[in-house]
Order: sequence, then structure tokens, then C-alpha cells
Amino acid sequence: MRILVCVKRVPAPGARINITDDGQNVDTTHLAFTTSPHEECAVEAAAQLVEEHGGEAIVLTLGPAEAEEQLRYAVSVGAQRGVLVLQDDESDPQRTSRALTTAIGELEADGPFDLVLFGNESADSGGFQVGIRVAHALGRPVVNGAKALAIDDGSVNLERETEAGRERYVLPLPAVVGVKEGINLPRYPTMRGRLASKKADIASEAAAIDVIDGALTMELLERPPETESSTIFLGEGPDAAAAVVDVLGELGVLS
Amino acid sequence: MVVAEHDRGTLAPATLEAMTAARSVAAAIGVEVHALTIGADGDDLAADLGAHGATVVHQAHHDVLSDYGPEAWGDVVAQAVRTIEPVMIVATGTDRGNEIVANAAARLDLPFAANCVELEVDGDRLGLTRLRWGGSLLERAAMGGGVHLVTVAHHHFDVAPASVPQEPVVTDLDVSIAPALARSVVVDRIEREAGATLATSPVVVGGGRGVGSAEAFAPLEELAVALGGVVGCSRAVTNNGWRNHADQVGQTGTRIAPEVYFACGISGAIQHWVGAMASKQIIAINTDREANMVTKANYAVIGDLHEVVPAITAEIERRRA
Ligand SMILES: Cc1cc2nc3c(=O)[nH]c(=O)nc-3n(C[C@H](O)[C@H](O)[C@H](O)COP(=O)(O)OP(=O)(O)OC[C@H]3O[C@@H](n4cnc5c(N)ncnc54)[C@H](O)[C@@H]3O)c2cc1C
Ligand SMILES: Nc1ncnc2c1ncn2[C@@H]1O[C@H](COP(=O)(O)O)[C@@H](O)[C@H]1O
Repeated sequence: MRILVCVKRVPAPGARINITDDGQNVDTTHLAFTTSPHEECAVEAAAQLVEEHGGEAIVLTLGPAEAEEQLRYAVSVGAQRGVLVLQDDESDPQRTSRALTTAIGELEADGPFDLVLFGNESADSGGFQVGIRVAHALGRPVVNGAKALAIDDGSVNLERETEAGRERYVLPLPAVVGVKEGINLPRYPTMRGRLASKKADIASEAAAIDVIDGALTMELLERPPETESSTIFLGEGPDAAAAVVDVLGELGVLS
Repeated sequence: MVVAEHDRGTLAPATLEAMTAARSVAAAIGVEVHALTIGADGDDLAADLGAHGATVVHQAHHDVLSDYGPEAWGDVVAQAVRTIEPVMIVATGTDRGNEIVANAAARLDLPFAANCVELEVDGDRLGLTRLRWGGSLLERAAMGGGVHLVTVAHHHFDVAPASVPQEPVVTDLDVSIAPALARSVVVDRIEREAGATLATSPVVVGGGRGVGSAEAFAPLEELAVALGGVVGCSRAVTNNGWRNHADQVGQTGTRIAPEVYFACGISGAIQHWVGAMASKQIIAINTDREANMVTKANYAVIGDLHEVVPAITAEIERRRA
């Protein structure tokens, strides 16, 4: 079983997201970096499948040189190696998709990956499209939002949540799947994983996709207007219970 | 043109939000709003779409469209774009809506902007504002490309009938669909048990890392039961395996909008806050007076949730007795 997982390096903001003065970027001065929880779950899904069926899980990212950190982290939690396609400037979804499709083509010289996994959406730009564009370019079936995934005799069984319950899909392999957080519980790196990640092979190459005319182009980032609220303190410790229940009464949820 | 999202003939409410957004764009540039229904199950939606402003409803019929399938539905939208050449495709900013339009955009090799909250057509250019970081940030952006493909963020446009309701012209959209696309059509469903869900419950009792263990959620469950609500949690909780991800509130979990949200032992990270901010009233219970959740809440109790939560439940029961 050969599996590829695409992950994107993003900042990990805390209580608020600050924007640089020119409005072009998230101010990352004091921030660590991570990937989307959806993508962490995609890496975990790949690691579990390789443990079960044998084979190899490769992680792929398009981003700055620093994105090597996210690839090494993925190796520390179960992937075997990483591929970094270098591109420093902000990409748009079409350009990202083309660069990833090209990189996947190179990695598939010996035949297609059984599964190419994506996150349901990226944490920062949330375009909801890169995986689907790549799947179409590769001519493979694709379903997004998977919250259960199992390989069964040349196909992949998927479930996803809806308001009414769950719906099931069965895609023939090779296939592309967008994964949602909750599909599994990602492991933490072990000592052995950390060692493996230090030694892991991370290949890197420069992206060679030009800016696309008319593409979705970010002009300015803004914070949504914040609702002014001054907190009413109802007291300290269990003694505040009466005041809380008074409020519940006023709000009409006690009935 | 609005893509009507429906599940076997039941219209997704977000479709009517998309109709509202499409009406205002259409009015600004002086064009009509059309709608597209996919599959024979969607045929009955024409009148409702007309009441919300559609002058023409295009219906796509094909064996492969007997149930939802992202690739087949995206292919139909791509074919509609080619034959009808609308100014814009407007769809729902939901799992399905985003997935359908992404599939159409891939086939058309056109840009696609998901989860827009403002749209302004300016000749060949579309100026827009869209959600980033699950709504924690707004992005002003532009795209070209001829036909503009967008979805509109859920809950950002009101549902309202058109001031001039239409009796729409119903026409058949000629589509040809490769039988292979049946590969990604829904094969079956598992219905959930009846009862309030996190997304729709009037009261949510949320617990975070401060709860400390899976077992320590019992008092939160009791408070939820006393108020006819459900329990929610932060990602710290799901990551620790204390609760199922189905209970997670936030950017990568569920968006809640209850009358009252209790946030117990939750710091209020921005990714949690975007999932909770539509709550009408927030009551934070936290040992830390400076926690973001406390400063953003309507009400706060400073203290140990393990003492405060059971005291609230006891007080409710005392008054009811
Ligand atoms: C891309 C991305 C997406 C994410 N999506 C989500 C998401 O969907 N949902 C989500 O929740 N998080 C999400 N996160 C994680 C988020 O950034 C935070 O890490 C998480 O919300 C923290 O959970 P917490 O508040 O329970 O824990 P903490 O931040 O550790 O806060 C614990 C709080 O409990 C208080 N406390 C401790 N003991 C007690 C006590 N005995 N009584 C009362 N109070 C006590 C503390 O004062 C503190 O305020 C995401 C992160 C990223 C990067
Ligand atoms: N720069 C990138 N490098 C690798 N994978 C990416 C990149 N951008 C997006 N992806 C993948 O595509 C998914 C969907 O991204 P998006 O279309 O931006 O929501 C993400 O969850 C990732 O798995």
C-alpha cells in the first residue's frame, strides 16, 4: 500500500490572530507553526493503513523551506519520508494544485499511489478545493470530509457525517480522499519516532508553476468586527450558583 | 445561477441563503436569478426557488443523479456553466456546496472562492470578501476568469422570500454524464437517533482541559440534562481521548448557536471561539480571571469548575423541588 498525504504549514495562533501592518499576512512573530488538525488525522490514517497493510506513507508539502519542520513531524508520527516543493510567495488554490499534481506525477514514476489523502480544508485559507482539483487532474475519484476510512479489496469505504446521520461511499482505488478531524486520534511522537524524523529523507525541489492570470488573489486581511462585551462577574466558587441560576431564569432556559 | 443543495428532494436551508446573496448581486448588475436542481428528486423544488426569486429553474436528469455524488454533481454544474454561461455560480458554503463547486471549478479550470460574505461584480472582475481561519479572519480578494464560481458562508445571509416572487420557467438542462462518475455516489446511509444535536441544542455545557479527565465530565452531563441540553468540548479534550470528536466545538469541530453556552475550563483559543461565538449568551467558569473565554463571555464565575458545576445543578434542582 503506497499512500501520499498532502499537508500545509500554517501558524498556530492563540487567543487572537494578529495581522501585519500592511494587511498582507498573519503576524507570526510570536507564533509556532503546525498543520490543520484534519491533515494530522490524514497522516495518522496513512500511518495506520501502512501498519496494517505494509507499504509506505509519504508526506508532501508546497511551501517555504521551513515547512520541512511539518514534514519531519509527520515522520515522527508514522510517515516514512517527506517531499518539500519550495515556493515562498503566497500561492492560490489553482497554482498550488498544479504544483502538487506535478510533484505527485514525479513520485508516481513506478505507478500510482493507492491513496492520496488531503485535509478537508486548509487551516488558514480554507479554500475547500486543492484535493478535488488534484484528483481531477489525476483522473481519480474523490470524496471530501471522510470521518471513517477502510480499505477493502481494491476499494476504499468512506463515511461522512451529515445532519441526518452518516452517509457511505465506496471508491475504487486509486482514489483521493479529503479527511476530517475525528476520523481517528492522532498519536503523539514517541522517542523512536523523533529519532526516525531526524534521520528521515526529506527531498526538496523548487516549484515551477507560474502565477495564473485571473486567479483568486488575496488583497487584504481584516479581523471581523469584535462584539463589545463587558463580562458580568457572578461571583467566585460554588457560592455563585444562585446568581447563575437567577440568570438562567432570566434567559428563559429553566422551564 | 444558484445551485440548489438538496438531499433526495429536501432542500438544504443554506440554499435559500444563497438565493438571497444571488438576488442582491443580480439586482446590482441588472440580471435575473436562475436556479439549478440536480436529479429528479429536485424537481419539486422549483416553486420554492421561484418564491425566493428564481425566474428560471434548470433541471438536470440522469440515472447517475439518483442520489448525491460530488463528482457527478460538480460535472453537472460545469456543464451548466458551459451551456448557459451565467455571470456567476452561487452555491451553499456547506460540505456539499463547497465540494460540488470545487469539482466544477476543477473541470472548468476556473478560480473558485469558498465561503464568501460579500460579492461585487465589476466587469470581468469579482471583488469579494471571504472567511479565513473558519471565520476568525476576513480576506478581501478578487478574481477574474469569466464565470465566477463562489459559495456563500453559512449563516451570513438571511433567508427571505423575494419581494417579487416568481413563477419560474422550468426547463430541462441537457447533460451527458460518464457512467464512471457513479463511483462516488452515496451508497447508503445510517440515520442518527432522534434528539438534540450539538449544532441545534438550546443549551450546551462545554468542557475543556480544565475538566481533567473523561470521568470528570459526569457533572457537566448532569447539568446538561437538567437544562435539556447537550455536552460539548474543546479540542484539548478530544485530543486527550476524553470525549468523541463529535462533541468538539470550533473551527474543525461543530459551530454551535445555543441560547446559553457554559464554557467550563476552556481558555477560549480563537479556533474554539469561532465555533462558539454565535451563542446568544456565554457563561464562563474558569479559575483564571484573565482567560480569553472569561473576558469575551457575557457572564463569568471565577472558581474551580469541579465545585461550581455541581453547585449549579443542585441549585436548579432545589428550586424545582
Ligand atoms: C488549525 C487549528 C484548528 C483548531 N480547531 C479547534 C477546534 O475546532 N476546537 C477547539 O476547541 N480547539 C481547536 N484548536 C485548538 C485550540 O488552539 C486550543 O488548543 C484548544 O481550544 C484549547 O483547549 P482548552 O481551552 O480546553 O485548553 P487550555 O487552553 O489548556 O485551557 C484550559 C483552561 O481551563 C482553565 N482551568 C484549568 N483548571 C480549571 C478548573 N479546575 N476549573 C476551572 N477552570 C480551569 C484554565 O484556566 C484554562 O483557561 C485548533 C487549533 C488549530 C491550530
Ligand atoms: N501548500 C500546500 N501543500 C500541501 N498540501 C496543501 C497545500 N495547500 C493545501 N493543501 C492540501 O489541500 C487541502 C485543502 O486545502 P484548501 O483547498 O486550501 O482548503 C489541505 O487540507 C491540504 O491537505
